[in-house]
Amino acid sequence: MKVTADLELCQGHQLCQGEAPTVFGFDDDADTVVLLEAHPDESLRDAMRTAVKYCPAMALSMEDE
Amino acid sequence: MTVSTNPGVTGIREVSRRFPDSPHGHLEDLRDDPIDLMHRVRDECGDIGRFRLADRDVVLVSGAEANEQFFRAPDSTLDQAAAYPFMTPIFGKGVVFDASPEERQQMLKNQALRGDMMRGHANTIEAEIRRMVADWGDEGEIDLLDFFAELTIYTTSACLIGLPFREELDASFAQHYHELERGTDAIAYVDPYADIESFRRRDAAREQLVALVQGIIDKRKARGTVPKEERDLLDVLISIDMTADYITGIFISMMFAGHHTSSGTASWALIELMRHPEVMNGVVAELDELYADGSDVSFQALRSIPRLEAALKETLRLHPPLIILMRVVQEEIELAGQMIPPGTTVASSPRVSNRIAEDFPEPDRFDPGRYLDPRQEDLQNRWTWIPFGAGKHRCVGNAFAMMQMKAIFSVILRDYEFEMTQPSESYRDDTSKMVIQLARPATVRYRRRRR
Repeated sequence: MKVTADLELCQGHQLCQGEAPTVFGFDDDADTVVLLEAHPDESLRDAMRTAVKYCPAMALSMEDE
Repeated sequence: MTVSTNPGVTGIREVSRRFPDSPHGHLEDLRDDPIDLMHRVRDECGDIGRFRLADRDVVLVSGAEANEQFFRAPDSTLDQAAAYPFMTPIFGKGVVFDASPEERQQMLKNQALRGDMMRGHANTIEAEIRRMVADWGDEGEIDLLDFFAELTIYTTSACLIGLPFREELDASFAQHYHELERGTDAIAYVDPYADIESFRRRDAAREQLVALVQGIIDKRKARGTVPKEERDLLDVLISIDMTADYITGIFISMMFAGHHTSSGTASWALIELMRHPEVMNGVVAELDELYADGSDVSFQALRSIPRLEAALKETLRLHPPLIILMRVVQEEIELAGQMIPPGTTVASSPRVSNRIAEDFPEPDRFDPGRYLDPRQEDLQNRWTWIPFGAGKHRCVGNAFAMMQMKAIFSVILRDYEFEMTQPSESYRDDTSKMVIQLARPATVRYRRRRR
């Protein structure tokens, strides 16, 4: 699967980090999330779904490859 | 009186008028039936159309492409503050309308809406609901507007300003606050201080709120300093010598975005659940199962409650608390293929976009199934599913708001069952003001559940 983060929309809520700390980091200077892993392991699929669904800025999306 | 049209927007079609004799363009259309006006813009003009509001041209866009251009524009291109002149007398002169995206992000990091504060807020909200229903008894009737408007005054003040301040409030604060929200007649686009009844009541209510806050400040000063952990935002503002008038303005503005919006959404969610018993039964069963292990509302409200969430999302789609979002163009911008010059007011309508049939099949039907896999009509239509707006200014409190709704319904639907006391279609919004509220009467009957 492929995950994308639209950093222009990110408001820095950091909920996604709680779901998947290995996929999402945080840039303190820019106050936005950093995508650490654009192709997360299949075992993280549920966590990715939750992160995308609950992002308060609707900044995340995922697709199958 | 004739009004001159900004020559830069004459290429955009103007919507028809239902009040052709009005000297202020479509002002009477907006005051009489804003929802009809906005739907008419899309029906007659397409993705971009225009109406006249006193001396302004308002360019209204809809559809994913134009909405994305609208919501992605930076503040330097589209400014919010000048678009809402009816808010100035409510907040008070000199109190900002809204923070910039950077300031909002700073607020998120440092203050009340931070993710790790949510557990505490969930606790606070649960306690406030339980206080509100404490004297309900086994059965009775409530007015939805009174009930949820009062509850959300307590929850927003407790969570955003602080528990000590909230403890000083009673129903009178909610009543004055309601008068402020009623003081948003679109006549403000002609004159925010026009001599009309709702504006006189608005100004009197603001003075009452300042007096209430002054009374609380006097008590705090007489009491003297308290340990740091017992202080709230009011103590901080007193310590930097702000006046009661200015502090009241700040509190009004902090609470505004979260008050009538949450109150209206809670009311409409309950109405839609009563209208759709099969959905209500599914949600109640979901909650009964979720809490069967004795877990806390403050724990579960921060977690997934899929059926309830879908019902809330569908309520928000059909009844977005804000039906129009406005900006004033600062630098020329392209929307739906048209170049819009500086000074023009531009707008997008959640009410119209949320019901575009191409994106939301059978758009007027209440169907929480839209949000389940694989449909996910909210995520599939990020620029037209916009009850919280979109882009950088997307409601920064939306996670808080959803948590609050989940907490409210976790408490009231497990302990009580509800039924309508009036014909289903008689529950409706009063759209005569820019801040829309439930029209009265809107009462429901509750009865304690036997479990």
